[in-house]
Amino acid sequence: MVSLMPLQRSNHRWLMLFENDIAALWITLRLALITALTLLMVGTPLAWWLANSRWRYKAVIEAAVALPLVLPPTVIGFYLLVAMGPDGPIGQFTNWLGVRPLAFSFTGLVLGSVVYSLPFVVQPLQSTFSGIGRAPLEVAATLGARPLDRFLTIVVPLSRSGYLTAAVLGFAHTLGEFGVVLMIGGNIPGQTQVLSIAIYDHVESLEYASAHWLAGSLLVFSFFLLLIVYGLNRRFDMVKV
Amino acid sequence: MTIRANVSLSRGAFTLQAQFEAPGQGVTAVFGRSGSGKSTLLRALAGLETPQPGGAISVNGVTWLGQGINVPVHQRRVGYVFQEPGLFPHLCVRGNLEYALKRSVGRGAQRGGRDGVQGDVQGDVQRGVPAFDEVTALLGLENFLWRNPVTLSGGEKQRVAIARALLSSPALLLMDEPLAALDLHSKEEILPFLDRLFASAGIPVLYVSHAPDEVARLADHLLLMEEGTVLAQGPLADVLGRVDSPLARTDEAFSVIHCDIVELDGPCHLSVLSTAAGDRVYVPRITAGQRQDIRLRINARDVSLCNQRPVGSSILNILQATITQLSASDNKGQQLIQLRLAGSDELLLARISEYSCQQMGLINGMDIYCQIKAIALLC
Repeated sequence: MVSLMPLQRSNHRWLMLFENDIAALWITLRLALITALTLLMVGTPLAWWLANSRWRYKAVIEAAVALPLVLPPTVIGFYLLVAMGPDGPIGQFTNWLGVRPLAFSFTGLVLGSVVYSLPFVVQPLQSTFSGIGRAPLEVAATLGARPLDRFLTIVVPLSRSGYLTAAVLGFAHTLGEFGVVLMIGGNIPGQTQVLSIAIYDHVESLEYASAHWLAGSLLVFSFFLLLIVYGLNRRFDMVKV
Repeated sequence: MTIRANVSLSRGAFTLQAQFEAPGQGVTAVFGRSGSGKSTLLRALAGLETPQPGGAISVNGVTWLGQGINVPVHQRRVGYVFQEPGLFPHLCVRGNLEYALKRSVGRGAQRGGRDGVQGDVQGDVQRGVPAFDEVTALLGLENFLWRNPVTLSGGEKQRVAIARALLSSPALLLMDEPLAALDLHSKEEILPFLDRLFASAGIPVLYVSHAPDEVARLADHLLLMEEGTVLAQGPLADVLGRVDSPLARTDEAFSVIHCDIVELDGPCHLSVLSTAAGDRVYVPRITAGQRQDIRLRINARDVSLCNQRPVGSSILNILQATITQLSASDNKGQQLIQLRLAGSDELLLARISEYSCQQMGLINGMDIYCQIKAIALLC
C-alpha cells in the first residue's frame, strides 16, 4: 500500500480516496443487487406474457424491451433525466406523491438501471418460458393445479437455468453501467458514484494505481460470476429431459 | 350414470361437431383415423380447448360445461393420459405421483355445478382419494418410486403417467392413444396393466385409439369418429357388427366374440375354447395365468361361408350362424354379411364376394356355417 502512495500526497488524502472507492464499490453492489431483484420481479410477468401472448401488436412491446440493447446508454439516460425533471412525467408523479425528485438519487439510479438492463433479464426468461411449451402445464392443469400453482411448481423449477442466467446478466450488466448513471446520477461520491465512474475519475486524474485496483477487481469478479453461471447451467442442462 | 357431451369448435380448416352419450362406467373406445378429431374431442372434454357457446358436457350428473357454466380444467375431476407421458422432469417418480395426490383432495371439494334435471344420485357419490400404495401396486411401480423419470423406459414412463392420472381422483379418465408412442414390446408390457386397471378401478374411461387390436381388447363401448363428427356409438359388438359403419367399409372390419376356456393344454399345441353356444374353438396354446373370459378378434376378411357343414376341411374353426344382415356390394364387388352365432347374441362379420353371395343365394334368416381362417387372441 505505502509503496503505491504518491509521494506528494498526504496520508489523509489517500485514505479519503480509499474510502470513496469503498463507498463506490458498496453503492455499485447494492445497485446491481436491487436492480437484479427488481428486474426478476418485473421481468417474470413481462417475459411470461411475451412468451404466451398472441396479441397482434406484441412485436411493439418486444422491440421496446430490446431497445436498450442498441441505444447508447447516454440516450436512455438523457430521456430518463428529462422524464425525471420537474416537467417530465416521472418528475410530476414524484411531485404529486410529495417525495423528492428521482434525479441524482439512488432510487433514480435503480430506475435507470432497471430500464437499461431490462432486455438482459426478459430475453433469457422469455426463451426458457417458450422452451417449456404448453404440455407440462396442461398435464398439471388436468392434475388439479391452479394457474399460480402451475407457474410456481412447474414453470419456475423448469426455468432454473433461465432464472440463473437472467439474474446474473441483470446483475453483471448493472455492475458495468456508466452512461445512464452519469446522466441521471450526477456522480456524487458516497451517494450516486458507482465503480465504473470512480475508475473514470481516477484515470482522469492520472491515479492509475487506484484505477488498476478497482478495474482489476471488477474484471476478476465478473469473470468468476460468469464462470459460476456457465458451470451451473451445464449441470442444469444434464437434468433436462 | 352417463357421460353426455355436445361440443363444437373449429381450429383452422378443421371442425369438430361431436355429440354423444357414453355409459358412466366401463371403457368407451373412441375410434377413428388420424385427423378425425378424437384428440380434439378429448381435449374439449378436459377443458383444454374452449368449445363454441351452446355446448354441454356432463359426467355422471356433474355439469362441466353448460348454460353459464364452464368449469376450468383444474376443477374438472378428470384424469388425462396423453400420448407422451409428460412426466415432470424436476420431480422423481414419487414426486410426480404425489403432485397429483396432493391436489386431488381440493379438487374433490370444488366440483362443477350439478345437473339438476338428471339428479343422478350415483354421480354425486364422493369417491375417496385413491390409496397411493394401491395404485402403485396396480401399475407395478413399487420398485422405481425414487427413480428420476429420465431413467425410465417408455412403457414405464407411461405407467407412471397412468398412475399419476389415477391419483388425481378423477371422475372420468381420458386416455389419448397412450400406447401409440410405444414400441411393440412396451405395448405388450403395458396391456396387462391396463386390463387390471379397467377391471378394478371402476372409473369410466374414454380411450382414444386407431388400433383395432386395442379397441377389441379393451373396450366395452365404441364411438366411431370421422371428420370431426361421431358417426356411430353403442356397445362394442353392436357397433362393430354394423355392416354400414365407416369401419365396415374398410378392409379392417372385424368382430369380437367372447369365449370360455375348456382345455388349456389341448392336442397339438392348441387350446380349446367354447363359445357361448358351446361350439368348440381351437386357438394356438394360451399360456396359463390368463383370465377366464377370452376375447377373440376375427377379421371379416378371414371368414368364409358354407351352405352345409364342411367335411374334410383343414380349417378347424367352424361355427353355425344365422344371416342377419347383408350390405350392398361395394365398388370392389365385395359384400359384408352380418351373422348371429347360433344360440347366442354374438355378431360376426364376413366379407365375401358379391358373386359367391349370388351363387349361394344368401338371404336374411338363412342358417349357414362360417369357416374362420384366422383368429387373433385378445386376452
